[in-house]
Amino acid sequence: MSGRLELWLFAAQRLSAMVLAPLVLLHLAVMIYAVQDGLSAAEILSRTQGSIFWGGIYGLFVIAAAIHGAIGLRVILREMLAWRGAGPGMIAIAFCIAVLALGYRAVGAIT
Amino acid sequence: MQTSKSLRVDIWRGGEDGWFDTFSVPRQPSQTILDVVTYVQRKLDPTLSYRFSCRVGMCGSCAMTVNGKPRWTCRTHIDLVEEDGRVEIKPLRNFPIVKDLAVDMAVFFDKWRDAGARFTPRDGASLEFATVDPQSQARKEASAAIECIGCGVCYSACDVVAWKPDYLGPAALNRVWTLVNDERDADPDAHLRPVAGDAGCHACHSQQGCATHCPKSLSPTASIAGLKRRTLMALLKGQL
Repeated sequence: MSGRLELWLFAAQRLSAMVLAPLVLLHLAVMIYAVQDGLSAAEILSRTQGSIFWGGIYGLFVIAAAIHGAIGLRVILREMLAWRGAGPGMIAIAFCIAVLALGYRAVGAIT
Repeated sequence: MQTSKSLRVDIWRGGEDGWFDTFSVPRQPSQTILDVVTYVQRKLDPTLSYRFSCRVGMCGSCAMTVNGKPRWTCRTHIDLVEEDGRVEIKPLRNFPIVKDLAVDMAVFFDKWRDAGARFTPRDGASLEFATVDPQSQARKEASAAIECIGCGVCYSACDVVAWKPDYLGPAALNRVWTLVNDERDADPDAHLRPVAGDAGCHACHSQQGCATHCPKSLSPTASIAGLKRRTLMALLKGQL
């Protein structure tokens, strides 16, 4: 079971990385565009609010980041602190939930 | 190129809480690290402990840490590693020290066993010659990884082993990859289960320290990447 769990986590982290990579590039491009174009907060919100596209993009971003970051954090805790048992997994789950909550709060605010 | 008449050699002595002893060794043409260590033991300090056997890069016995890097000492010339006429020689990292430059290799080979890195011929394979197509992908994958001499250099170079002592390590996983690609094996897919666990191939961060330092120029990283792909496919097919 341990082997299968590790394998699923490996698959989830690689899959979430594949999702994150283009989204990070898109996010950077959007930020640069917004700053270079001198858009105000109100102008940005007028483009994002009510947009299924931007809501979907950043909603997916939050899910991928929460999964990817949490699995990575679990590995770091286990390797760097030599922490065995369920502790790192519990912290990773808490981290995942926190990122989801904060992320969707932000997504909700702009869409 | 011989640059000075003598070499200053700092050699680790004792166990984990040891110290360095310094020796002066005359330079010779084409002198290897193993030549230097042997000179120290034969001429300067007979209590120095180290391990070697074949002296020609086949047995994998003589690996040590030279100026901070794991190397096979019988095939490493002093000219390649000396810095301002000095060389520092320590036992391999990630192994328990027995004494001086000799380390306990048991943990290393125990992990080969734990990884299931053992060839089991399929029924009847010993009664006839196996016809293996040298151009087949499996044969090419096995050939790329097969020349391991079990020297422990990759294991010593691996940071994941240092961080996670139960990690099976590059050499054992590399060996398993050859078996997964061995069509003479009784059940190549059965080799995937032992390496799919917490201490298995997915613990590798692909830092390639093993491939950088392997004296045989193998790439255990590539073998481990193959295991990652194959175990993932097996998982998705419900075979694990």
